[in-house]
Amino acid sequence: MIELLTQHPFIAALASLAILGLAFGSLLGFAAVKFKTEGDPIADQVEALLPQTQCGQCGYPGCRPYAEAIAEGDAINKCPPGGEATINALADLLDVEALPLDAEEESVPSVAFIREDECIGCTKCIQACPVDAIVGAAKHMHTVVASECTGCDLCVEPCPVDCIDMIPLPTTVQNWSWELPKPAEDLIATDRDSNSSNRDEAA
Amino acid sequence: MRKIFDIHGGVHPPENKVQSLSRGIESAGIPPVLVHPLSQHIGAPATPIVEVGQRVLKGQMIADAKGFVSAPVHASSSGTVSTIEHREIPHPSGLLARCIVIDTDGKDEWIELDPVEDYTALEKADLLHRIRDAGIAGMGGAGFPSAVKLSTRDDVVIDTLIINGTECEPYITADDILMRERADQIIAGVKILQHLIQPTKQTLIGVEDNKPEGIAALRAAAEGSNIEVVVFPTKYPSGGEKQLIQILTGREVPSGGLPADIGVVCQNIGTTVAIHRAVQYGEPLISRITTVTGEACSAPGNFEVLLGTPVDYLLKLGGFQQDQCIRLVMGGPMMGFTLRDTAVPVVKTTNCLLAPTQKELPPPPPAQACIRCGMCAEACPVSLLPQQMYWFARGKEYEKLEEHNLFDCIECGACSYACPSNIPLVQYYRASKAEIRKQQQEKVKSEHAKARFEARQIRIEREEAEKEARRKARQEAAKKKAAAGKDPIKAAQAKAAPAADPAQAAIEKAMAKRSGNAPEETNEEKLARLKKAVETAEKRLESATAKLKEAEAADAPNLGALQTAHERMTEKFAKAKEELQQFEQASTEAPSTGDPAADAIARAQAARAKNADKSPREKAEEQVASLEKRLSKSEQKLAEAKESGSETAEVLEQSTAKLRDKLDAARAELAQLSESEAPVAAAASTNDPAQLAIEKAMAAREAAAKLSPEDKAKKALESLEARVEKTRTKLAEAEESGADTVDVLRDTLAKLEDKLAEARKEAGVEG
Repeated sequence: MIELLTQHPFIAALASLAILGLAFGSLLGFAAVKFKTEGDPIADQVEALLPQTQCGQCGYPGCRPYAEAIAEGDAINKCPPGGEATINALADLLDVEALPLDAEEESVPSVAFIREDECIGCTKCIQACPVDAIVGAAKHMHTVVASECTGCDLCVEPCPVDCIDMIPLPTTVQNWSWELPKPAEDLIATDRDSNSSNRDEAA
Repeated sequence: MRKIFDIHGGVHPPENKVQSLSRGIESAGIPPVLVHPLSQHIGAPATPIVEVGQRVLKGQMIADAKGFVSAPVHASSSGTVSTIEHREIPHPSGLLARCIVIDTDGKDEWIELDPVEDYTALEKADLLHRIRDAGIAGMGGAGFPSAVKLSTRDDVVIDTLIINGTECEPYITADDILMRERADQIIAGVKILQHLIQPTKQTLIGVEDNKPEGIAALRAAAEGSNIEVVVFPTKYPSGGEKQLIQILTGREVPSGGLPADIGVVCQNIGTTVAIHRAVQYGEPLISRITTVTGEACSAPGNFEVLLGTPVDYLLKLGGFQQDQCIRLVMGGPMMGFTLRDTAVPVVKTTNCLLAPTQKELPPPPPAQACIRCGMCAEACPVSLLPQQMYWFARGKEYEKLEEHNLFDCIECGACSYACPSNIPLVQYYRASKAEIRKQQQEKVKSEHAKARFEARQIRIEREEAEKEARRKARQEAAKKKAAAGKDPIKAAQAKAAPAADPAQAAIEKAMAKRSGNAPEETNEEKLARLKKAVETAEKRLESATAKLKEAEAADAPNLGALQTAHERMTEKFAKAKEELQQFEQASTEAPSTGDPAADAIARAQAARAKNADKSPREKAEEQVASLEKRLSKSEQKLAEAKESGSETAEVLEQSTAKLRDKLDAARAELAQLSESEAPVAAAASTNDPAQLAIEKAMAAREAAAKLSPEDKAKKALESLEARVEKTRTKLAEAEESGADTVDVLRDTLAKLEDKLAEARKEAGVEG
């Protein structure tokens, strides 16, 4: 046998390649079975980037279904609460082009507010709230637990007396932050005059 | 001589300190209005504990700390709380925040103070509590609540206590003047801190070498104590906490760590004086030294100013000239911020008001392109790469920024100062830090929302499943009832199991399952079972009879009980016998299919067939008998319900009344039938109540047809009268109970009365 292989190097090469192929193939096959991942890891990663408002503005019933749809190849620009930041993060993760948001505008972070004296206690908003942020009982006034509200506005539609408002979150001293300066050096030297009012008038 | 270490980078901006040092500390006096913002410190805003219109005394707590990292607020002079509202506060945003506004009365009346004679006798916790209650927050500029900073964990050994008298920022001289004039108070405060912290190695006061007078005063006051005044070369920003620690000890605070991690606690000298006054005299923090300076001030100097004093009041004392001032800065030129309004108050962190002229502090020229000169990196005291971070900040690459240790940036502004292209680098870092923090908060919030959403989904699913299970259980129970209706024990068990109780529900479910199998028993088995039941019932009855007789003979006390038992046995025996007979009949007439429903149908059919053989009279008699039975039963139930005051009493009453009506009708029919004995249309009668009713109506019509028109009219009149009467009584009842049917009833009555009048007229005309 050894003699045959030494005499015919071509056969020896073929045989060794075949043996190697078999060995690694079986190794890969074993690994595929042994280390099989449960669920869809990409959908999980996408879901971690979504804002979890559960608002359904993307057309899917919640963030998880949209994450699964993105993992299947749906567009990444359907999330108004996430806005540009989420689109960029998703584009980074999936290595695709960042698209402009597929909505009129980014939704402002807001919180639902029930005008309590108008509430008739129908419980429709309670059933609509995806995060159980509305408390109340039938024929009793309801109210929104502001700290739990995601601002998805799903409760606004079902209200028969239109007593729910979406109030944009106010800027307070606690959540205020510095603005990123506008890079001025992108202007050419002659336009960079700080005394710009004259130029505006001339224009 | 102590070894002095150096920090990386740093800049040397013009100091401009002499202007405000020409005079000593002057009191700013009592302004007509004091504005106390609830948030003058880092952490949660304090909660107001006074009401509008309330008179408050100097030093009275007007807002209490809320949460661990928070500090209370005290009234800095006596007066009346005029309002608690949102006002502009000294903050770079120029936003409004809640403030307590006090109209001062000029009496400056102190609240009763609680001084400590000997603080060394106090527990550490007690001392910290006093510092916290005095509302002391870091007076160097950051405003971190001092009590929180001083409450080090027991397992952390602090070897060095550092007092920060560096005051490295240009223009500001508040700490310098404090050292010159109140060195003894500083040293007294340091001693309290020494007692509190118990530094194992050393206590240092770090001062830059540009304050020789202050250093001399401090050294004189510290004579004979173990407090060492350390002097080092002037450089901006050596007054940063971490920088000072590095200069004095050579140790670097780890990234993201605290000074306590390397055994150091650091306090500003202004804070030290405040602690001294709070402990020794019981005075809360109600005033501070503030520098008023800048070329737009004709009389720059240092003022001891009550917290809450409006900035414009203080500026007037400094000879402020509005028309010359290009922008009003709170804090120093490096780290301060521009005030938009001069109505804002002086707060715990206000160390300086800077009113520069255009020439003195010109607005920053427009930024130019970064030329990558690297001067920012050379100036950075924390050895960061400002230029690199600038690009990342512009590209919003936050991950990269964090990798480049953005959060170690102390925002000192040295990089912006050094930049030849005038790029506002610090602004980029501040904005990026805020954005990263916001994203982190949003991440936490979204995780929370997700958890709640998932919890809701699970809850909804569980509720659905429970509903489905209940529905199934009901279905099974109904099936079982139909199938095992003849099994009294099972029925009783099923009845006893209320569906609400989960354990009982489970039993019920199991029973239902079993009963689901039960119909599979064959006819023979069933027959045998029934026969056995009859036998046992008979046996029991016999024994009961025997016992009863015995008891009667002996006149035993349990005679009553035995009698009822005997009766029950008799009943049971009769029932069992009946069941057996029925079953035998059914199995002979229609072979059972095993299906309970089919069984029931078969039984019903058999019963009908049997009924069909009977004459209408017999049937009527039977009906009357059964109705009488039902009526007596329901009367009994009604009595019971009434006794127990049950809600069902009303319903039962109604049903009893109905039954009585039915019984009357049936009796009448029976009477008719027995009278005529005529097998007229009734021969075709079935048990169908609808058909019966139709028949009755037909009979009535026939009878009516035989009547003369006069009689007819009379009868109609009578019936109408009866109806009117009935409606009236009903209406009266409804009115009494205030039911909402009153209106409807009134309408009906009116209509009926109209009809009656018409009928009467007709009858009158015809008659």
